[in-house]
Amino acid sequence: MLTALVFVPAAVALPLFALPRRTPASVVRWVWVVVCAFELALVVTLWAGYETTGGLQYEQRARWIPGAGVGYHVGVDGLSLPLLALTCLLFLACALYSLRETRRVRELAALFLFLETTCLGLFAALDLILFFVFFDLSIVAMYFVIAGWGHRQAGRAALKFFLYTFTGSLALLLGFIGLYLAAAPHTFDMVELTERNPLAGRAAYGAVVLLAIGVGLAVKTPTVPFHTWLPPAHVEAPAAGSAILAGVLLKMGTYGFLRIAMPMLPGSWRRWALALVVVGVLSVLHGALVALAQTDLKRMVAYTSVNHMGYVVVAVGAAAATAGTSAQARSLAVTGAVTQMVSHGLLTGALFLLCGVLYERGRTYDMASYSGVAAVAPVFAALTGVAAFASLGLPGFSGFVAEFQIFTGSLGPRPVATSLAVLGILLTAGLFLRALRQVLMGPLRLPDGPGTPRAFPDIRAHEALAVVPLLGMAVVLGVAPRFLLDVVEPASRTVLELLAR
Amino acid sequence: MTGAHENPLGLLPEVLLAGSAVLGLLLGSWLPRARQWAVGALALAACAAGVAAASVAAAGPVTTVFGGAFALDPVTAASRIVILAGTLAVLGLSFPALRGDARESEYYVLVQLAALGALMTAGAQDLLLLAAGYLLAGIPAYALVGFRKDGPGTEGALKYYVLGALLGVLILTGIVILYAAGGATSYRVLGEAFRDAPAALVAAGAAGLLAGLLFKAGGVPAHFWVPDAVQGGAPPVAALLTTLPKTGALAALFRLGGQVFADAALPWSALVAVLAAASMTLGNLGAFFQQDVKRLLAYSTISQVGYLLMPVAVAGRSDLARQALLYYLAAYAVTNLGAFAVVCALPRARGLDDCRGLAGRRPLLAACLVVCLLGLVGTPPTAVFLGKLEAFGAALDGGYAWLAVLAAVNTVASLFYYLRWIVPAVSSSGPASRSPDGGSRTARAVAYAATAVSLGLGVAGGPVLDAVASPAGR
Repeated sequence: MLTALVFVPAAVALPLFALPRRTPASVVRWVWVVVCAFELALVVTLWAGYETTGGLQYEQRARWIPGAGVGYHVGVDGLSLPLLALTCLLFLACALYSLRETRRVRELAALFLFLETTCLGLFAALDLILFFVFFDLSIVAMYFVIAGWGHRQAGRAALKFFLYTFTGSLALLLGFIGLYLAAAPHTFDMVELTERNPLAGRAAYGAVVLLAIGVGLAVKTPTVPFHTWLPPAHVEAPAAGSAILAGVLLKMGTYGFLRIAMPMLPGSWRRWALALVVVGVLSVLHGALVALAQTDLKRMVAYTSVNHMGYVVVAVGAAAATAGTSAQARSLAVTGAVTQMVSHGLLTGALFLLCGVLYERGRTYDMASYSGVAAVAPVFAALTGVAAFASLGLPGFSGFVAEFQIFTGSLGPRPVATSLAVLGILLTAGLFLRALRQVLMGPLRLPDGPGTPRAFPDIRAHEALAVVPLLGMAVVLGVAPRFLLDVVEPASRTVLELLAR
Repeated sequence: MTGAHENPLGLLPEVLLAGSAVLGLLLGSWLPRARQWAVGALALAACAAGVAAASVAAAGPVTTVFGGAFALDPVTAASRIVILAGTLAVLGLSFPALRGDARESEYYVLVQLAALGALMTAGAQDLLLLAAGYLLAGIPAYALVGFRKDGPGTEGALKYYVLGALLGVLILTGIVILYAAGGATSYRVLGEAFRDAPAALVAAGAAGLLAGLLFKAGGVPAHFWVPDAVQGGAPPVAALLTTLPKTGALAALFRLGGQVFADAALPWSALVAVLAAASMTLGNLGAFFQQDVKRLLAYSTISQVGYLLMPVAVAGRSDLARQALLYYLAAYAVTNLGAFAVVCALPRARGLDDCRGLAGRRPLLAACLVVCLLGLVGTPPTAVFLGKLEAFGAALDGGYAWLAVLAAVNTVASLFYYLRWIVPAVSSSGPASRSPDGGSRTARAVAYAATAVSLGLGVAGGPVLDAVASPAGR
């Protein structure tokens, strides 16, 4: 069932190319939407059948390349299930959002379906090489999405994205090989590596491997100082591409910390966690400060991603401190990290789609060109307002639940760092309020460059269908997060037990 | 070794190829021009039969034949299959271009002889046989580069020939010196003799040998011929040059490192590692701003030799070395042939920009190009990815972590120039599609097949990897 979940989109993507050239684009669009909806239904079924305290479930193994210690091994637990669900939801939102897309729809649909397979496969993978394969393929697919459907400078931005994240992926690969060689007999299987803890008592080796894996994942997350690929990639990418990039692809980095780095390298992780906390705090503050200085709406949202992912890094770093804090607090930090990933995926996805809506009408992201949009497009304004407030961590939304857990869990072990990170919330609040005032309030003014339509129609049905469920989910998680936390909490306790070895 | 084990059936693939070459030469003298294709068909049949024979022989025991001069082991088996299958692809690519050519049969004979030379180099267990293989692989290839008798071809052939002649002298000198130092030419004897042979003598001989084989492989510092010969030669010849001799030479280097120089007082593996680093780096730097597709691929093959030398450097130091080398060789050969097949299928596209809009005109061919080029980068799930994974693993295992890191950095750098080719090919905004690309159906078929194999080897590489890893003998 899990295998079906992972591979159905790619299996549909290939025959799309076999359709005759004259197939109307609407057929392709609806195939795309239906497949995504099917995937969402599948993941809901998975969730319904998931036992919250059962550890790894839906496991499937197959011999793949035994000579290289590589096997096909997938499964889900409390860390991956929320992310799988998030992925399916976001891809459905993007499919709905793209219902009006006219440029090379068939290729776009095929690429997105392929991308969905890589994202789902990565979160389900329990073999390092399988993980890596999907990690790399997601980069390739996203490269073509940015380069093929992006804005003016897309080629350069896409190249930068590809080179940065590909460097990261190779660092990751070297780290994986380091783990592989350390285990006897050699294996890439995550479950076995986690059990064996092959680098226990080999501090120097462990540090090097952790460095390689850490750098690889940090590029993807991205944390300061590896974040510079992110703003251009987001600004130039099409709206749906940005939503997936921020909503799903960034999570691969932090998910890797929780799934690979912490359980497989517990000793090194504990030793070097402080460095990670520092990097996390720097990302939080740097992301927020630079976002504050932006005049381009999409670029601003991109930098807030650096800021939000910084909280996750702070949390996973703080969870390693063993002395003087209760296990419950640290478990709270890890749970908060997972919740933050989901919450950020929903909210940033929604924000980027709304940015796309704005761009489609005004042909620019420059905030100074807009004013008083709320007067002509009240629904759009309301949705943007809700997304922005949720993103800055207002209670009642998922962001609050996540950040509250992160700060509560991290304050005990790392008080200074956590207090600094809280400043980030203040900054994001300021910048979102400023952006909302600029774009939505005041006298009506719309950009009128050549070729821009003067009218600013309100949000259309397909756009609302894409954005509203994301925001609705964020509210549900903010009000009644139990169903998510019940799944995540046992898994985060397991991670901490593994970390304490 | 009894010495009596001289069953020619042990060399069946080589014998088939040699027989077909000689027969082809005779046939070509009598056949009318319109029917010379029969020589090509004979060559194809010989290669196909050779692949079959080699596959059967691969299951046999590890042994040496002809007085210990030729090894029958996994290295030979894998090299045979790679070389013969590569020859099949090259012949397929050449067919349409050569139909009715005045020297059609000579071409096929030369291709077969070059392949035979590569086979001998790969299996040689004796320095003299290695020298013979070197010459046999080289001389027909010089002629093939200049086969079209045009300016660039002649220039390439001349460069190739002069450098080849120089390094041919070096390799012979090296062999003479090693003979003086060890008192024999058989690897088995030499390996023991070098334990207490004069270090300076062994080092001088090894340097000559290394230079000659690197010339064959197209690696730094003997790589200067590669860009000119590849650009000057016809595309199928370029595909041959960058695939077949490389396979033979790298297999030979692997044997030398694992057997002959394993116990010698000589920093052989460090030397190979440094050359690997230089090769991958210089090849990449050269490729960065090339505009001609063949020249770009030529530099890319130089950098690929660098990656291929990684497992060679750790021969005998890591258990992963052999499977890494053999798997990478197969993966590289098929992917590289796929890329050259795409070049053959687009005879009018000389520069990178000529490929603009390919995805709109020939989507499948564009997909092949993307898969092969990304494959050469090492993107999963193509075969080279698995090869690189093994090669990195072998290098780390053998204590060359710096080399693995450098290879990773180089891989990223190589992405840049492959993308310079991929981007125009898949972009839609090309000039309104001009005249059709030309190019034969056969070339396209070879491109599709090579791409499919490259993907297949990557996704289902398990059995292949097991096959090259299984028998314990080195």
